[in-house]
Amino acid sequence: MGSSARLYLAIARGSFRRYSTYRAATLAGVFTNTVFGFILAYTFLALWRARPGLGGYDTSQAVTYIWVSQSLLITVAVWGGGFQDDVQERFRTGDIAVDLYRPVDFLGWWLAADLGRAGFQLLARGLAPITAGAIAFHARMPHSPLTWPVFLLSVLLAVLVSFGLRYLVSLSGFWLHDSDGVRAVMLVVAMFFSGMLLPLGLFPDGLRQAAQVLPWAALIQVPTDIFLERSTGSALLAGLGFQLAWAVVLLALGRAAQLLATRKVVVQGG
Amino acid sequence: MAEYLVENGSSVRPERPLEPESLLEPESLLEPQGRLERLRWALRSWQLSAAMWTRAAMAYRTSFVLMLGANIMITSLDFVVVILMFQHTDRLGGWTLPELGLLYGTSAFALGMADLLVGSVDALGERIRAGTLDVMLIRPAPALSQVCAERFTLRRLGRPAQATVVLLWSVSALRVDWSWDKVLLLAALLVSGTVIFGALFVGGATLQFWWGEAKELQNSFTYGGATLLHYPPTVFAKELVAGVTFGVPLAFVNWLPLLHILGKPDPLGLPAAFQFASPLAAALSVLVAALAWRAGLRAYRGAGN
Amino acid sequence: MALIELEDVARTFTIRAKVGRLRRERREVRAVDGLSFTVEAGECVGYIGPNGAGKSTTIKMLTGILVPSAGRLRVAGVDPARERTRLARRIGVVFGQRTTLWWDLPLRDSYDLARRIYRIPDARYRANLDRCVELLELGPLLDTPVRQLSLGQRMRGDLAAALLHDPQVLYLDEPTIGLDVVSKVRVREFLREINTVAGTTVLLTTHDLTDIEQLCGRVMVIDHGRMVYDGGLDGLHATGRSERTLVVDLAGPSAPIEVPGARVVKVDGARQWLAFPAEDSAAPIVAAVAAGYPLLDLSVREPAIEDVIARMYAKVPIG
Repeated sequence: MGSSARLYLAIARGSFRRYSTYRAATLAGVFTNTVFGFILAYTFLALWRARPGLGGYDTSQAVTYIWVSQSLLITVAVWGGGFQDDVQERFRTGDIAVDLYRPVDFLGWWLAADLGRAGFQLLARGLAPITAGAIAFHARMPHSPLTWPVFLLSVLLAVLVSFGLRYLVSLSGFWLHDSDGVRAVMLVVAMFFSGMLLPLGLFPDGLRQAAQVLPWAALIQVPTDIFLERSTGSALLAGLGFQLAWAVVLLALGRAAQLLATRKVVVQGG
Repeated sequence: MAEYLVENGSSVRPERPLEPESLLEPESLLEPQGRLERLRWALRSWQLSAAMWTRAAMAYRTSFVLMLGANIMITSLDFVVVILMFQHTDRLGGWTLPELGLLYGTSAFALGMADLLVGSVDALGERIRAGTLDVMLIRPAPALSQVCAERFTLRRLGRPAQATVVLLWSVSALRVDWSWDKVLLLAALLVSGTVIFGALFVGGATLQFWWGEAKELQNSFTYGGATLLHYPPTVFAKELVAGVTFGVPLAFVNWLPLLHILGKPDPLGLPAAFQFASPLAAALSVLVAALAWRAGLRAYRGAGN
Repeated sequence: MALIELEDVARTFTIRAKVGRLRRERREVRAVDGLSFTVEAGECVGYIGPNGAGKSTTIKMLTGILVPSAGRLRVAGVDPARERTRLARRIGVVFGQRTTLWWDLPLRDSYDLARRIYRIPDARYRANLDRCVELLELGPLLDTPVRQLSLGQRMRGDLAAALLHDPQVLYLDEPTIGLDVVSKVRVREFLREINTVAGTTVLLTTHDLTDIEQLCGRVMVIDHGRMVYDGGLDGLHATGRSERTLVVDLAGPSAPIEVPGARVVKVDGARQWLAFPAEDSAAPIVAAVAAGYPLLDLSVREPAIEDVIARMYAKVPIG
């Protein structure tokens, strides 16, 4: 057990280091996230100027919503990507069938790698936009110091949920000729239902209730509300519980899909 | 087996060896002469390459349809957000929903057309790393034409198609007196806007000659710029509006001409001439992008240092 | 008539190397350093050297991709740096590890694009295509998508694509890399054909000595951006004092074999490796071994080009 924990740690660390070598790409990405932050923050300012207190957010919270979501966008991989690109490459080369029989668990391997990636991107691509927001738009920082560790826990859960979703999409490659289309559709769904474009509370009735129970809410909406200290007490626990429940369900589904995929590979002889 | 092939191979001789010079047309006919002829050849090379990519894409027809659909959905999201915002207000920065539809339609159309025609240039860094650019440089066609046409796909028609729908809706919903000058201005801004975004794609991509991984940087100007132009200038700080008027000429894509069409005051109070200057701004953008490309290619080939 | 002329050509690159944790240092690297040579029309020249010696930088300058930092360069009467597209019509290029064919389209489509891009007159295009199809046996492959071709078939397809516009010079970068024996033979046959019959000048880089032995009357060896040898293949072996290797399998382990004219370089159980000068005959050595030792099996290995060159570098450079 100790040795396998060390192995996964090594995988995560290797992944962290790998992403840290794309220095120019990281800088370019940070710049772009910040530019989008500026543009969208102004549009939110205009909306909340017209409707102060909309959705229960005061104006400073609304602007901060944009900056937190821009900081999280890459970490929780709303666009997809990360290990998905590697898995897709293994499908292309046909190595994927071998991967299922490695002594290292397939899901564990990619999860460790994705956590390493997320760790790097939280630091490298998260800090700059939120700092820019704090300076240029007086983004609202948490008042209670306790909010920070809880927020980080929520981000971790968000990454787990995101991984679970992307893992299922990647494994669909075992059954579908080409998972590009599924990925593209997932991108649309994730952008919309994560709250990346607009807080879910602003969605019209029906759509709002649906969005709030779908797993994508765990990616952006829940951690951002924790950062904004809108969820406190039992609401806070409910938010974390919501993320945890989806993480467990999705990882269990991923595990089941992996078993089916392995069986399929056995039947077809790889 | 090998011997057999050696025997066979050497026994096949052409009856008449080809004489390189006699059959060749004079090179002056092959090599485009003069500025206009070279420009025509650049467009023709783009077209030849794009046609090949289109046919190659037809090998994956189902994927093409699925991706076109996904593309339309992705690009529609931005306008869905605008509609959702207008569930809570009837004005944003003093502009109505049909007015934002006009902003969105023109901006997304220009970006989409530019992306369709030259958007592939943004993968320049990858082309350099994979050696594809070197292969392009040994063909008798402009490298820029080839880079822009590389991986050309009609799937990118999704954005302009969806933008056209929004544009038509907004034109029908607006109460604008469509005099001939306004119609002309709208047509001119769609063309100029496409050209400005195209110049931004090319100019931004040239950075990758020096900074190979900086692909995402130019997204700030192209996709970020288009997002900016979905909203009225009154929403943004004056410094930002001035920056995209006199710096990166995004304001000429739709903000300035639409001020005239919709009869809105200019938040910067610029002379009215600016509202008709989009073609000029487009020409200037092309000039700057062309110079940047030439400088980048020279640096890549190592000329002039 | 000299088709390729280089006079004191140099190419430097600026490399930014990391020094310590944050500091970066700019350093100049001379990839090609004062290279001069000429290639006459109709020659077939092997251009070899270890990785990083400056081979591909030279080829990139000869094709107009890179501009030299110093010196004079002319190919087929054109300055490649100034008239890249004019040059492009006069040269053909084949990269062994990278195809210029269209992956998802039938082979025929790639040729049709070449016809349009190079503006090849119809009659000439048809004549050249027919000839390439015949010589390279491409007929049954013309309507096959390139991705379904084997490596050898694809290389033949690439060769045809590079020749449709009647280039005066053909550059080949590792044309036989990764090919099976049969395909290698066929590619070499074709190259000999277009060099001797059509008179196309050929410059090829390779790691396969057999390519050069069978095709090239002349070899140029480059290292650290400088010419270290330019001449016939025999001279290369003499200069490099290259050695062939006799591998013998004895009935059982034995003390190192002692025969005149060869020396043991390695012993592994019953197998021993003996080196002897490349220009010597193997026969007397084999006879001596057979007479004095319980010989079961043997084979002769030709000197690898890398070894020849490596030994050459130990000596004083000529260029």
